[in-house]
Amino acid sequence: MTTLAPMATQVGNTTLNIVIFGLFVVVTLAIVIRVSRQNQTAADYYAGGRAFSGRQNGIAITGDYLSAASFLGIAGAIAVNGYDGFLYSIGFLVAWLVALLLVAELLRNTGRFTMADVLSFRLRQRPVRTAAAVSTLAVSAFYLLAQMAGAGGLVALLLGITDRTGQSLVIAVVGALMIVYVLIGGMKGTTWVQIIKASLLIIGAIVITVMVGVKYGFNLSALFDDAIKNSGGSDKILQPGLQYKNPIDFISLSIALVLGTAGLPHVLMRFYTVPTSKEARRSVVWAIWLIGLFYLLTLVLGYGAAALVGPDAIKAAPGKQNSAAPLLAYHLGGEILLGVISAVAFATILAVVAGLTITASASFAHDIYAHVIKKGEIDADSEVRVARRTAVVIGIVAIIGGIFANGQNIAFLVALAFAVAASANLPTILYSLFWKNFTTRGALFSMYGGLASALILIIFSPTVSGVATSMFPTANFAWFPLNNPGIVTVPLSFFLGWLGSVTSSEHNAAKYAEMEVRSLTGAGAEKAIAH
Amino acid sequence: MAQDIDEARTQRYIEVQQSAEFGELRAKFRRFVFPMTALFLAWYFLYVVLATYAPSFMATKVLGNITIGLILGLLQFASTFAITMIYARWADRELDPAAAKLAEHMEGGSLS
Repeated sequence: MTTLAPMATQVGNTTLNIVIFGLFVVVTLAIVIRVSRQNQTAADYYAGGRAFSGRQNGIAITGDYLSAASFLGIAGAIAVNGYDGFLYSIGFLVAWLVALLLVAELLRNTGRFTMADVLSFRLRQRPVRTAAAVSTLAVSAFYLLAQMAGAGGLVALLLGITDRTGQSLVIAVVGALMIVYVLIGGMKGTTWVQIIKASLLIIGAIVITVMVGVKYGFNLSALFDDAIKNSGGSDKILQPGLQYKNPIDFISLSIALVLGTAGLPHVLMRFYTVPTSKEARRSVVWAIWLIGLFYLLTLVLGYGAAALVGPDAIKAAPGKQNSAAPLLAYHLGGEILLGVISAVAFATILAVVAGLTITASASFAHDIYAHVIKKGEIDADSEVRVARRTAVVIGIVAIIGGIFANGQNIAFLVALAFAVAASANLPTILYSLFWKNFTTRGALFSMYGGLASALILIIFSPTVSGVATSMFPTANFAWFPLNNPGIVTVPLSFFLGWLGSVTSSEHNAAKYAEMEVRSLTGAGAEKAIAH
Repeated sequence: MAQDIDEARTQRYIEVQQSAEFGELRAKFRRFVFPMTALFLAWYFLYVVLATYAPSFMATKVLGNITIGLILGLLQFASTFAITMIYARWADRELDPAAAKLAEHMEGGSLS
C-alpha cells in the first residue's frame, strides 16, 4: 500500500499513465482496422451492418452511456456530497425503462439510421427531418462539449499538465484520434471501442470495490462510519440535501434525467446496429443490468473515496470532485491501478466522443444533405462520403469547442443535453409512435418549442449568471429560478405537440398503417447485411 | 410495375393493420407497457419527492448506518431490474409469437 500522495499536486507516474493509455489506443486501433475491412455500404458505416448481437450492443450502449461525467462525476459527487450523488445515479438508471418499454423495439423496426427516420415516417419529410436534425445536432453538441471539456480537467490531474496550451494540445490529440476511429471504423469500429471500454470500466470498478470491501469486511455500515469520520464527523453525507438545496430544482432535474435518456440521439442510433427488435430488447436488458451494476459499484467507490481519501483532500486535488475515483485507485493500488483507471477514463472520453460524432455526422448527411437538400435523390456511396467529411468537420469543431470550454462545468453541459433531449425529442418520439392524430405541425411545435424554451430558460437560469457558481458569476441576468428547466419545458413540449396536432389535420392512412404494422411486427424492417 | 408492387404492399399493410389479430397485438402491448410505465414513474417520483421533502425521514437509521433513504434507493435498483426481467420474459413469450405470425402474413403468407 502506498501512502497518500501530497495533494494539490499531480499524483502517480505520468509516463506510466501515458504508456497504459497508448497501449489502449494501439490495441483498439488494431481491432478497429481488423473489423472494418468490409466497411462499404451506408448500413455498414451508420449501423455496423446491423450485425451486432443484443449482448454486444448492450455492452456498447453501456460504454456509450457511462461517460466521463457519470464515471468520474457521480463517484466524486458521492464522495463529496454523499447521498445526493447516489440519488442522481438512480435517475440515470430508471430512465432506461422508458427506452425498454416504449422506444427501443418500435424504433428499431421503423427506422433505418437516424432518429429522424422514425419521426418523419408518416409526416412531411423535409420539415420534420430538418427539425429532428437540428435537435440531434444541438443535443450532440452539448454532450460533445461536456466530454471535451472534461478531457482538459482530466489531463490536469493525470498527466500533470497544468498550463492551458498543454491541455489544449491533449484535447487536440483526443479529437484527432477520435476522427481516425470514426473514419476507419464507422459504426462497427466505434462499437468495438465502446465494448472494450465498457468492459475495462466495469472490471476496474469491480477491482476497486472489492479492495474497498476487503478493507471493511464487506460491511457497508463500517465503510459509512469512516466516511462520516472523514467528512467532519457529520452523518449529513448519509442524507439527501447536501448538493441539491432547492426541492423544485431537484424534481426538475429528475424529470430531465428520467425522460432524457430515451431521447438522446446517440443512444437511439445504437438500436439500429442489431438485426431485429428482439435483439434491440436484449440490448436494453443487458445495458440495464450493466449500468445498474456500475452505479451500485459507484456507491462504494464514492463513499470509499470519502472514507479513505477524504472529501477535503479530494476538493483540494487539481481535478476537484472529478478526481475522487482516480485518487481512491491511487490510494488502494498505487501507480499501476491509477494508470489503469486513468487510461480507462481517457478511453471513456474517446469512445463517447466517437459515438457522438458518428451520430451527428449521420444526422447531417442522412437527414439534411440526402433528404432535405438532395430530396432523397442521392446514392448511398455519396451519402456516406458526405457523412465522413462531416465527421471530420465535427471533430475539428469539437476540438476548438473543447479548448474554449475547458474548465467549464461538465455537469451543467450534460444536464443541458438531457434537458434538451427530454424537451425537444422525447414528446415527439412518443407521439409519433403512439398517437394516431399526431401531425407535422404538432411535431414542429413540440421540437422547436421544446428546444427553444429549454435553451432560453437555461440562458436565464442561475447556472449561467447571478450566483458564485455560475458560468458568468459577475453578471446577473437570471430571472428563471431553476438550474434545470425540465419541469417547465417537458410539459410545455407535450402541450405544444398536442396543440399543433389538434389545430391541423393531416392523416396519411397508408404510411400510418405501414408504420404501425412495421413497428409492432417487424414486417418490412431493415435487415442485417451479410458479408 | 414497381408502383403496382408498392400499391399491393400498402394494401397489405392496411389489411393487416385493420385485422383483429393486429388489434389484439396492439392492445396487448399497450395494456402491458402503459400501466408499467405509469407504475415505475410514480414509484420513482415518490422516491424523489421523499428525498427532497422528507430528508429527515430518509435519514432514519435502520441498522447501523444503513438509512431508510439508502434502502429505498436500493429498492429503485431492485424494481428496475425486476421490471426489466418481467417485461423481457413477457415479450419473449406473449409478444414475439403473435408479432412473428403477422409479419409472416405481411411477407406473403395467409392470415389464419
